[in-house]
Amino acid sequence: MQRFILVRLFHSILALVAVSMIVFGLGRLSGDPLDTLLDVDATAEDYARVRAYWGLDKPVHIQYITYVGNFATGRFGESIRFPGQDARELLWQRLPATLELAVLALVVSAVIAVPLGVIVAVKKDTGIDIAGKIVALLGQSLPNFWIALMLMWVLAVQLEWLPTSGRGTWKHLLMPGIALGYFQVAALMRLTRSSMLEVLDTEYVKLARIKGLRETSVIWKHCLRNALIAPITYFGLVLGGLMTGSVVIESIFSWPGVGLLAIDALRAKDFSVVQSVVIFFAAIYIAANLLVDVAYAYLDPRIRFTH
Amino acid sequence: MANLAVPGSVPGVRTANGVWRALGAARRYPILPVAILLLVLVLPAIFADWVAPHDPVVGSLSERLAPPFWVEAEGEGIYATPGGSLNHMLGTDKQGRDILSRIIYGARVSLTVAAISIFMAGIIGTSLGLVAGYFGGNIDHLVMRAVDICLSMPAILFALVLAVVLGPSFQTVIIVIVTIFWSRYARLVRGETLSIKSQDFVARARVAGASNLRIIARHVFPNIVNTIIVLATLEVGQVILLESTLSFLGAGLPRPTPAWGLMVADGRELLVTSWWLTVWPGTAILLSVLSMNLLGDWLRDRLDPKLRNV
Repeated sequence: MQRFILVRLFHSILALVAVSMIVFGLGRLSGDPLDTLLDVDATAEDYARVRAYWGLDKPVHIQYITYVGNFATGRFGESIRFPGQDARELLWQRLPATLELAVLALVVSAVIAVPLGVIVAVKKDTGIDIAGKIVALLGQSLPNFWIALMLMWVLAVQLEWLPTSGRGTWKHLLMPGIALGYFQVAALMRLTRSSMLEVLDTEYVKLARIKGLRETSVIWKHCLRNALIAPITYFGLVLGGLMTGSVVIESIFSWPGVGLLAIDALRAKDFSVVQSVVIFFAAIYIAANLLVDVAYAYLDPRIRFTH
Repeated sequence: MANLAVPGSVPGVRTANGVWRALGAARRYPILPVAILLLVLVLPAIFADWVAPHDPVVGSLSERLAPPFWVEAEGEGIYATPGGSLNHMLGTDKQGRDILSRIIYGARVSLTVAAISIFMAGIIGTSLGLVAGYFGGNIDHLVMRAVDICLSMPAILFALVLAVVLGPSFQTVIIVIVTIFWSRYARLVRGETLSIKSQDFVARARVAGASNLRIIARHVFPNIVNTIIVLATLEVGQVILLESTLSFLGAGLPRPTPAWGLMVADGRELLVTSWWLTVWPGTAILLSVLSMNLLGDWLRDRLDPKLRNV
């Protein structure tokens, strides 16, 4: 088990380093930030001075090593768009907004998807099952930017129930939360359904029924508890989907989170911020998957030995 | 596996009645999804030049922002909004371009992007997966670490960064999608190759003196072709979604390409007054992705049921 964790940890760190190198390299290739930074009438000396200030005059690999060194001491690099502010500060400022959204999306999807998945599994091959399948398929086929705009059009423009964009009250949170969460509903529901079907067929469930337990208790207590393992291990993927989605959803609803920060930084060619956000997202995703793998190996010893 | 469960073995569950049985028969062959696919995606993509009533890129400013044909003219003076006409069935956009024509040409854009990128990702991923699974060792490690890296990249952000570096273009979209999607083929094919490699017929082929290349080409590959086809079909919808998302964010296809995602982006600012700019292209995306997913599910059940939980 220890060996398994160590190997997986090593792989995770390797992936993270590679991601940071790729993003760093791409950032350096994306054009000269000085062109957006300096006025048209800036002289060659101005350019040289600013270049030296940002360390852009050094070779790329030296820049990368400096960057990693700074990263280790908590400096993610000064923002070019907001001089004097470190990318870490910007990230930390925006993080609560994104977390708020992601948590709501998670809750929305779990609250809808898990019970739906259970009901659909119990009522397998009936109209309810087919209706559930249609909901799931629709969820996986709707582009999230479009559903966001449609929500906006109906709920904010036509009915004027909710504000169109920004952050503040719970009303602001509702539309982006739904737009972000619904995609996960489909996937989670399918997963809960198939895992419930498997559990429903086991001997201990048959025993519970033979013992004369009430059907509701069999399904919601005995089955669900065991069937939840699969959806929980799916958590890492859900997190990845939520982060990717947050970039799109936040830019549509002007939600002041990390996703919007990344898009704005990208348009302003603000290297250090873009890098930090990509690496941060990748780190969360990698860490979540590492945890899931370890938890899985803990629950199912076969995995430890086959990998 | 869930699908091994005998239907109706669970007490208290009704078996399918007549109506649902009839529906089930209809589902045995994906008639509806295939029909929608042909109507929305394939036929328009091939015959756009003949089917589209107008030019997708050139508009006439005098006919700008015309609503769909059933909407009547309203108001007077400067507040007047024009009515729709059958000349532009689904209305026109800000530059007076026919929406229907742009959607028809958009099908060609979506389908071309999906076909090229899935083909390329499939070839790269399949060959790397075969090599990794068959030879194992260091090559396997290398490929699997590369897969890890690609899977842990936040897809949309990575695509946006690449689009800024390379500039939004058709090639950029293809590169982005291939970079993200090849890893899924590699991982799946590697796993399949591993299990096939250990089977008797491969060992016998080796004893009979077959070369590695021959074993891979004649014995391993034919056994995973179905899996690859199913995965490719299931991914078409996802590629269309990703391409339209990128275009929507301004990191995909450049204007004035009639890409569905771009059309939604253009309609966004006029959502309050001209809903048809946003609703139609979105519906086109929804219908094509939905029917592609249905077709993929059907193919999977037919060719490769063990992929169910992928």
